[in-house]
Amino acid sequence: MRELTYREAVRDALVRALRRDESVFVMGEDIAEMGGSMAVTQGLLEEFGPKRIRNTPISEMAIVGSGIGAAIQGMRPVVEIMYEDFLTLSMEQLVNQAAKHRTMSGGQVKVPLTIRTQGGAGWSPGAQHAQQLESWFVHVPGLKVVFPSTPEDVRGLLWSSIYDDNPVVFFEHRTLYPIKGQVPTELEPIPLGKARIHRVGEDVTVVATGRLVHEALQAAEAAEGEGISVEVVDPRTLLPLDEETIVGSVRKTTRCVTAHEAVTRGGFGAELAAVIQHAAFDWLDAPIERVGAKFSPLPFSPVMEQWVVPHAADVLEAIRRTVARS
Amino acid sequence: MATVEERAEPGRRGVSSEVLRGFFREMLLIRRFEEKVEERFRAGELPGFLHVAIGQEAVATGVCAALAREDVFASTHRAHGHAIAKGTSVDKIMAELYGKAEGCSGGYGGSMHLYDLEVGNLGANAVVAGGLPGIVGAALAFQMREEKRVAVAFFGDGATNTGTFHESLNLAQLWKVPVIFVLENNGWAESTPAAQQLPLPVDQLGKRAAAFGMKLIEADGQDVEAVYLAALAARDHALAGKGPVLLHVRTFRLTGHFVGDPQVYRDREALKQERETKDPIRLLGARLELSDEDFAAIDAEVTAEVEASVEFARAGTDPKPEDALKYVYA
Repeated sequence: MRELTYREAVRDALVRALRRDESVFVMGEDIAEMGGSMAVTQGLLEEFGPKRIRNTPISEMAIVGSGIGAAIQGMRPVVEIMYEDFLTLSMEQLVNQAAKHRTMSGGQVKVPLTIRTQGGAGWSPGAQHAQQLESWFVHVPGLKVVFPSTPEDVRGLLWSSIYDDNPVVFFEHRTLYPIKGQVPTELEPIPLGKARIHRVGEDVTVVATGRLVHEALQAAEAAEGEGISVEVVDPRTLLPLDEETIVGSVRKTTRCVTAHEAVTRGGFGAELAAVIQHAAFDWLDAPIERVGAKFSPLPFSPVMEQWVVPHAADVLEAIRRTVARS
Repeated sequence: MATVEERAEPGRRGVSSEVLRGFFREMLLIRRFEEKVEERFRAGELPGFLHVAIGQEAVATGVCAALAREDVFASTHRAHGHAIAKGTSVDKIMAELYGKAEGCSGGYGGSMHLYDLEVGNLGANAVVAGGLPGIVGAALAFQMREEKRVAVAFFGDGATNTGTFHESLNLAQLWKVPVIFVLENNGWAESTPAAQQLPLPVDQLGKRAAAFGMKLIEADGQDVEAVYLAALAARDHALAGKGPVLLHVRTFRLTGHFVGDPQVYRDREALKQERETKDPIRLLGARLELSDEDFAAIDAEVTAEVEASVEFARAGTDPKPEDALKYVYA
């Protein structure tokens, strides 16, 4: 084992894939000399050269679209969209092209494209540099959606995304880049569609993604002090979803809280709640609680920003509510 | 494809009449196919909705004749002609329009999503300009792997107003990837005429290339030989590593936007005149001095081919409903 930050773990997966085969290349805005706005791709240009580490114009549609075209020709492009807010500029290519080529062609075409992006509040970027839009993409047949929360997961899942034959939208959380974690010395691919149980518990299951995994673990710690045993599950891949692990956990604990930083309404928690109530209705002892951001564009002022997005305290409150029902 | 000897600079007449007769046959095949499609649609036999390329046959034939089999292209909602010209059989295309498993997209695509990877058809696209970025990416892959292939995007004048168009041409020129952007300028964005949607005079739309420092080649889109020679020159340019080309061809849509379009927005007299003076098949027939017997013989051949495609399609297999989910993921 060795220690890597989340940022280094992303880079490690990229470097290993770039070394392994020539079909992998990286493109995006400011990813070459500058090493990316989040410094994830630092050093890649020096090792792999400008042909494979390509700065692009500010053209999200063309970045994603040219990635699609290269992928269909057998390359494995990894494109970076600097902020997930900017995914909105590439939606046509993502939703109408990347996701649909395979079906529209009757199976003739594959699109092994990985779209890395990041977002998240906590540093007052304002309303257009911190959204959490992952649930939008879960609604699109043909895409896969990954949202890892730890260094080990981000590395193993990025590798699997690059080598998946489908378009994968890969979400990283900005505030997680500096966190450290133990990772295996050799990269171990983590299959898409497998959840991770971070903490085993008996009374309540918290299904959390991204930053909220860490908030949920803090909340679980606090709940323990109150005599509530909390299980924390991170789906890691939102599409496809490991329903078996999630439902199995809720059937055991009989209570569930979903938690993500994205706004609650229409968020991934809604899909989780629907899946869980259907598969575990007879096991549930309380309504499923959803934790997410308040329904507002992210305001700038730190005090407003922090009030809008959820924290460990919000997860803890939700845990208490589920327990209070019975 | 023409032999090297037959290649010539645009403007020079250098194509043998034998080659031109081949073009004539293919253009007439496209015309008869489109007419049959209109007929079967009006008879209620074809699902969905359709756009035919009547009047624009010389563009499809001229461009695709200049391409090698391993070259790729993306088409538009008006795709049948391109697909035929690049080498997909009318049987497979007609079967696709009937929604049959034998169709070139297995019944998953339909008229606006014709694919045929074997001949380099990367898909017709129902989003205006939607295919352009992918073509840039295909060309990027060819460039990175040092393959001598070009990628071609067909699109209309309406597409030049999209952000996708500008991003795609910008990126292609920046990276000097081997793309031919074929601007099929028929002067209509659906029902909206050039004067209401283009900031430039319709015949000067090629000026768009200058904004990117891109090579511009122009040809009369109703003259198949001119289109062919221009496309050969464009391909040579792109393969020489000199970057992409905007191939601007002025053409005429001699029908409505879609089958059944009443064209209330169109001047009847002007349309009648265009049909008389701008029909690329009529123009080529006159140039080749085809006798009535010659014409009838070619016509009988291609008409039979189209009739056979209808029989092929009708006899085709309906996909199993549950096969709908078969290709959502690879």
